[in-house]
Amino acid sequence: MNLRAVWAIYKMEMARAFRTVLQSIVSPVISTSLYFVVFGSAIGSRITEIDGISYGAFIVPGLIMLSLLTQSISNASFAIYFPKFVGSIYELLSAPVSYLEIIIAYVGGAATKSIILGLIILATAALFVPLTIEHPFWMLAFLVLTAVTFSLFGFIIGIWARSFEQLQLVPLLIITPLTFLGGSFYSIDMLPGVWRTVTLFNPVLYLVSGFRWSFYGKSDVSIGISLGMTVVFLFICIAIVAWIFRTGYRLRT
Amino acid sequence: MPSIISISGVTKTYATGFKALKEINLDIERGEIFALLGPNGAGKTTLISIVCGIVNRSSGTVTVDGNDISRNYRTARSLIGLVPQELTIDAFESVWATVNYSRGLFGKPADHAFVEKVLRDLSLWDKKEAKAITLSGGMKRRLMIAKALSHEPRVLFLDEPTAGVDVELRQDMWAMVRRLREDGVTIILTTHYIEEAEAMADRVGVINRGEIVLVEDKAELMRTLGRKRLLLELRSPLVTIPETFSRYALELSPDGNQLTYTYDNQSERPGVASLLRDLETAGIQFRDIDTQNSSLEEIFVNLVRRDA
Repeated sequence: MNLRAVWAIYKMEMARAFRTVLQSIVSPVISTSLYFVVFGSAIGSRITEIDGISYGAFIVPGLIMLSLLTQSISNASFAIYFPKFVGSIYELLSAPVSYLEIIIAYVGGAATKSIILGLIILATAALFVPLTIEHPFWMLAFLVLTAVTFSLFGFIIGIWARSFEQLQLVPLLIITPLTFLGGSFYSIDMLPGVWRTVTLFNPVLYLVSGFRWSFYGKSDVSIGISLGMTVVFLFICIAIVAWIFRTGYRLRT
Repeated sequence: MPSIISISGVTKTYATGFKALKEINLDIERGEIFALLGPNGAGKTTLISIVCGIVNRSSGTVTVDGNDISRNYRTARSLIGLVPQELTIDAFESVWATVNYSRGLFGKPADHAFVEKVLRDLSLWDKKEAKAITLSGGMKRRLMIAKALSHEPRVLFLDEPTAGVDVELRQDMWAMVRRLREDGVTIILTTHYIEEAEAMADRVGVINRGEIVLVEDKAELMRTLGRKRLLLELRSPLVTIPETFSRYALELSPDGNQLTYTYDNQSERPGVASLLRDLETAGIQFRDIDTQNSSLEEIFVNLVRRDA
């Protein structure tokens, strides 16, 4: 295994994050704080508690998940799309690195960045609302699993995209709506029957629900199903990436 | 000694059905400077890209120092440095970071002293903290070379290395290429500047429409395919070339003061002696006489035209 190459790519990706610290860290933290102010104050004044949890605290796992999903996707998709766009991908393709090493480095870099970001948002949230984490191990497990899964997903988008517009398409049109409709800001028990059923088809629901369980021990769907679904997404992404690399799809002509 | 790169039966057909390469067979000798010439779209970059692992071939085999580029891709690729035609660098990285990154990417342990030497050799040391985006075109080209040399390759591909580069930098690059060759690095360059191949290459390959048209020792190529020109400075200008000289390939300069006779220097009867006799008989006198060998450029153009 060419560990030096993995380290070189990983280090370069992390350096990029610190170079663009405003975009990578500060901007999501400000957005999250705004969510707290707007949702916490506006809606929180009408809904005081859900399942015995104050509304402000209730939305914390959903907010972290929202940033985790969007940032994992954007970090990883940009990391592989940019060299494709400027042409410097030639160096990666001509280097003695395997596909597995490329994935470990890029996805590892993207996931690390979003995990750090998730923890920063968690710390920011602690300034606004009292937080309890009942299952810290599972909280970290969900954080890592989700970051890795959606970094892989972002990597796939980055390889698939032929333009900056396509790069933004999936996060904007699919992921953000799914996150908002996936119980980040409410419990699905609050929805009318038919919408509750529809929401069960939203994969993000399982991520948010599982993550919230790790905080408060309460969830919309059972923790086993949440974990199972997260692992299923992970394996779907791994399968797609494996196919991309086997065929050279949009990388090697 | 076996060749350092062996290309055997390599073809490339793109998804569109376009046949970029048709059955390429080529051996590159260890330590030589090989110039690959060809018009635009001939398949030069496709061939280089296949050897370097950027483009998948449709069929055939390629070995680098005996290592198959698919089965032993790690060893094969670690031996190769590539400087592509386009200036494609991550614009926001510093010179120092990007060259060290390249070294790591190719699996070499960090060696700051070596990277410093590479940057100094390419007059980039003063710019080591500069971001790539702030460098001039020539400096970016040097940076691309520094990245390719960062992992101490044994084979260096230079795809149009001096395109858009000023004369001074071109001279510097030629000197660098010669130094690398002295260190035992094999160099394969593609170029549009025929004089570059003429000045530097040990052997020349011509590729046209996806086929290798010719591979020849450069000096031998110049000798066998070269045409010679006999230049005659006339004492008094001619208005036209007399009819009696129609059997000679003669050209008259616009001012009528110079006659040029082009002939094949391999021919048994180049016709020089008879032309001079006939000129004397016709009373056409000349005050000076000169001969010129045709350049590699003319040889190249003739080959490509003949093949068209």
